[in-house]
Amino acid sequence: MIAMTTTWPDLIVFIAAAAMAVIGALGIITYRNPVHSALSLILTLLGVAIAFLEQEAHFLAAVQVIVYCGAIVVLFLFVIMFLGVDNQEDVTIEPLVAQRPMAYASVVVTMVGILAMLSRGGWSTGAQVATGASPSGAENVQAVGSAVFTTYLFAFEATAALLIIAVVGAVLLARRDRTGESISEGADA
Amino acid sequence: MSHLILAAGDPLYVFGVNLAVFIIAALKVLVAFGALMGCVTLMIWFERKVISDMQSRIGPNRWGPFGLLQTLADGIKLFFKEDLIPAQADRFTFKLAPYLALIPALITFSIVPVGGTVTVAHHTFLLQVADPPIGILLLLAMSGLSVYGVILAGWSSGSKYPLISSVRASAQMISYEAALGMTVVTVVLATGSLSTHDIVTSQAHGVWHWNLIRLGIVPFVLFLISITAELNRPPFDVVEAESELVGGFHTEYSSIRFALFFLAEFMNTITMSAVMVTLFFGGPAGYVPNIPHIQWVFPILWFLGKTTLFCFAYVWFRAALPRFRYDQLMDLGWKRLIPLSLAWMLLVAGFIISPAWGFALAALSLVASTFLTRAFDIGLNREAGPDSVLPTVGERPLPPYILRKLTDGDDQ
Repeated sequence: MIAMTTTWPDLIVFIAAAAMAVIGALGIITYRNPVHSALSLILTLLGVAIAFLEQEAHFLAAVQVIVYCGAIVVLFLFVIMFLGVDNQEDVTIEPLVAQRPMAYASVVVTMVGILAMLSRGGWSTGAQVATGASPSGAENVQAVGSAVFTTYLFAFEATAALLIIAVVGAVLLARRDRTGESISEGADA
Repeated sequence: MSHLILAAGDPLYVFGVNLAVFIIAALKVLVAFGALMGCVTLMIWFERKVISDMQSRIGPNRWGPFGLLQTLADGIKLFFKEDLIPAQADRFTFKLAPYLALIPALITFSIVPVGGTVTVAHHTFLLQVADPPIGILLLLAMSGLSVYGVILAGWSSGSKYPLISSVRASAQMISYEAALGMTVVTVVLATGSLSTHDIVTSQAHGVWHWNLIRLGIVPFVLFLISITAELNRPPFDVVEAESELVGGFHTEYSSIRFALFFLAEFMNTITMSAVMVTLFFGGPAGYVPNIPHIQWVFPILWFLGKTTLFCFAYVWFRAALPRFRYDQLMDLGWKRLIPLSLAWMLLVAGFIISPAWGFALAALSLVASTFLTRAFDIGLNREAGPDSVLPTVGERPLPPYILRKLTDGDDQ
């Protein structure tokens, strides 16, 4: 199967992308400086974007770069710079109780899940089969668009609503009204 | 062998590559790179000359005719200057940042259609470096990445003013990216395709088909404002506000790294002018006289002319407009541009389906905007400051020593 669907260029691109992702992931957990960790995260995300591109999932690759690299990691950096926690953290103090055991548990669950999926499905790494998109690249964007707005419309809208609720909730929690009754009415409009 | 190199470098060419395709692609990359570099040199000269004219000065006039070689002289000077790295700097990131600023500016230009098609030795090809299926999304991706150059330069300098500059840059660029994306979606809706080549060909049938007019003037104005903010060009250059931040994110930079930041800024200016021409002014579209053999030259001339116009507009902005205050900048982005771009996108989508939908969405947008205006009013009257923040509940997820550092910092 692998020999049939994988060509040499595919394999080279896959290895490069996978190396980027893995090196970045190792960097995130090994660097002591949070900004360096955030930089490694960018490397990982770009590696995944290249892997998407290689699988003919052009739209996913673009969104990966725009949303994750372009917005979310920038927000991380913004927070790190604002809080000024850019020096080495003292990791002996546990800020969240039971953080460590839960991390171990989630790693185990994820690994088991991935291995189970790999053993059941016939994925061959590096070939353009895993995303199940149409073989011609130009139709990929349209296919994703029509799937999101027809088949998966409810899930899409529910996710959007969830994000908005989270943002409004965060704003409400972070601010307090001091000037009387009229303000608390329209605060979340 | 060439097949393999090309495919590894650009996965979009995986199917059907031969030597001719490879040579054409390589030539296109080389020519685009060289032309862009040449344009940047000219642009720096152009900006200095135009600004001097507007301020009744002479400007550079020593090197070459009309001072044309001044940029080259400056480049050589910067190259041979001593390269300093501050003691407090994060050395790796400090060295990396200028390249992170430069590379997105280069890549974005690859999707701009410079002209029509050219046939050389039975191979017809587009005069644009690449026409990927994601097309214009590459612009958004690269403008998202270009922010890292500024942020990391400011942070890694290990100095206060650059740090403030990079915090400003990250907030500003994220804020205006939303409006930018929404405006691009409006163009994509009218075209029905993400590809820049399709965007240009759909506007090719005359001035009335240009997106500028077809979509109403509003998306163009929104795009112009938000792309200027993305570029950190005046009047949105709070990131390098000389009167507040010394030089902003590049205060600590010298020599060739400083030059790279300037190269990136001017390259971005040219590229964004070109993108604006592509999205709203039909790209290379224009009158082509019926002269055999050199017909392919005229679209390029049209493209260059339109782009130069916008480059001039940017210089004009810099000479004429005072800098925004930081809070004004944020207000403009979040309270005006984002709602307006969202409403206009809905409007365009509605009118594409049917006039009835269009008017219904227009009415809806009006109702929503009155609610929004009311909300802004209430927001303006609310009290801000440390007392408006809730007291902490339970323990913060921050170690006590950091909290102490944060709260006790201003005592001395």
